[in-house]
Amino acid sequence: MNKVVSGADEAIRDIKNGMTLMLGGFGMCGLPEKCILALVKKGVKDLTCISNNAGVDDFGIGLLLHQHQVKKMISSYVGENAEFERQLLSGELEVELIPQGTLATRCMAAGYGMPAIFTPAGIGTEVAEGKEIRNFNGKDYLMEMAFDADFAIVKAWKGDRLGNLVYRSTARNFNPVMAMAGKITIAEVEELVEPGELDPDNIHTPGIYVHRIFKGEDYEKRIEQRTVRKRD
Amino acid sequence: MTALLYIKTKMLDKIGIAKRIAKEIKDGYYVNLGIGIPTLVANYIPNDVDVILQSENGLLGMGPFPFEGEEDPDTINAGKQTITKLAGSAIFDSAMSFGMIRAKKVNLTILGAMEVSENGDIANWKIPGKMVKGMGGAMDLVASAENIIVAMQHVNKAGESKLLPKCTLPLTGINCVKKIVTELAVLDVLPNGGGFKLLERAPGISVEEIKNATLGKLIIEGEIPEMIID
Repeated sequence: MNKVVSGADEAIRDIKNGMTLMLGGFGMCGLPEKCILALVKKGVKDLTCISNNAGVDDFGIGLLLHQHQVKKMISSYVGENAEFERQLLSGELEVELIPQGTLATRCMAAGYGMPAIFTPAGIGTEVAEGKEIRNFNGKDYLMEMAFDADFAIVKAWKGDRLGNLVYRSTARNFNPVMAMAGKITIAEVEELVEPGELDPDNIHTPGIYVHRIFKGEDYEKRIEQRTVRKRD
Repeated sequence: MTALLYIKTKMLDKIGIAKRIAKEIKDGYYVNLGIGIPTLVANYIPNDVDVILQSENGLLGMGPFPFEGEEDPDTINAGKQTITKLAGSAIFDSAMSFGMIRAKKVNLTILGAMEVSENGDIANWKIPGKMVKGMGGAMDLVASAENIIVAMQHVNKAGESKLLPKCTLPLTGINCVKKIVTELAVLDVLPNGGGFKLLERAPGISVEEIKNATLGKLIIEGEIPEMIID
């Protein structure tokens, strides 16, 4: 079994206009930056993007927004992006803002084969409008549906040709749950290793969830908020 | 000197609010700190109080900012700031992160707010027509946390009270805030819409000044002590 593809262009070759994509990462951290660049180059349009954030103006999903390739964003936090805000306020872009835990758990549900989850997040707020509410043990919960995405695109630290993945530090974030949730899952990795090199006890995403994998070169790994302390 | 300016010379600054909130953190707590003043609280937790900070992007055991040159782009907090991991820290994915929040494993949540109502509703994610940033993890946190402290200014930039009978902005959560620390006061939010119970005054601030800055129901019983801030 070999899931290795030559690079981002081949990995995203059959992503078409109007499809729904999950994109891993939290801000710039753990972002599948090579596939995003390939999508920008390919120019596919009317995408629905499920991703915690919408990138910044000149990096990440911000690049797709800039070229008007995104029809709808499903995110929890979309600050730090002026073009995003402009498209939203002008009505060019449809946006569904949902709680971060709801976003993660709707991915998880898809990967676990469950149609829906119940969460208290959003009860009593506009997020609850039009949704079914169930009471369990005296507390109200919203029914939130599992996501249905054509592709999930994730970034891992290491992976092998069977698709087994290991993430590094907080670059893990949404990547494992999204990897589980795509009909087709693409993983881009910093290091592509031979089967057996990854410790089976320490694999974060089992290869069964991953369909295509490639090694990305020269990751930019941009830092959004560089904060440091002085040495005493 | 006008009354407002007079208050400004005495009220706490952000660091004062953070220092006062740090006193609420108990030994053995797992704590989630929101963006802004709550982040500052970490700097004032006493050394003899052993706490573990949770960052909802997927880290338990968050440490201080890295030294210059040691920033790791793969290691950030929920505010997307570069941070460090302490010995014994643990990394997990976003679903597990909110799983532990929903399952009430996190003992204390400290976050900022634009408005709090006298029944403990909180608004902090949206100003219609003006600000569209999103709720991030705030709705998950306030819907599940059993102990929520709000760190905020008592009045907004226009001089209007942020402690209200009812929130005017879109809500983040309902009946959830337990305590508020502002530049003027510490207040409990009483259950069942009982109102804001004044517990402490900022040094040099009078009960009258707090009354004038509070639009929601304010409960004042007996002598109100001054906050003790080291």
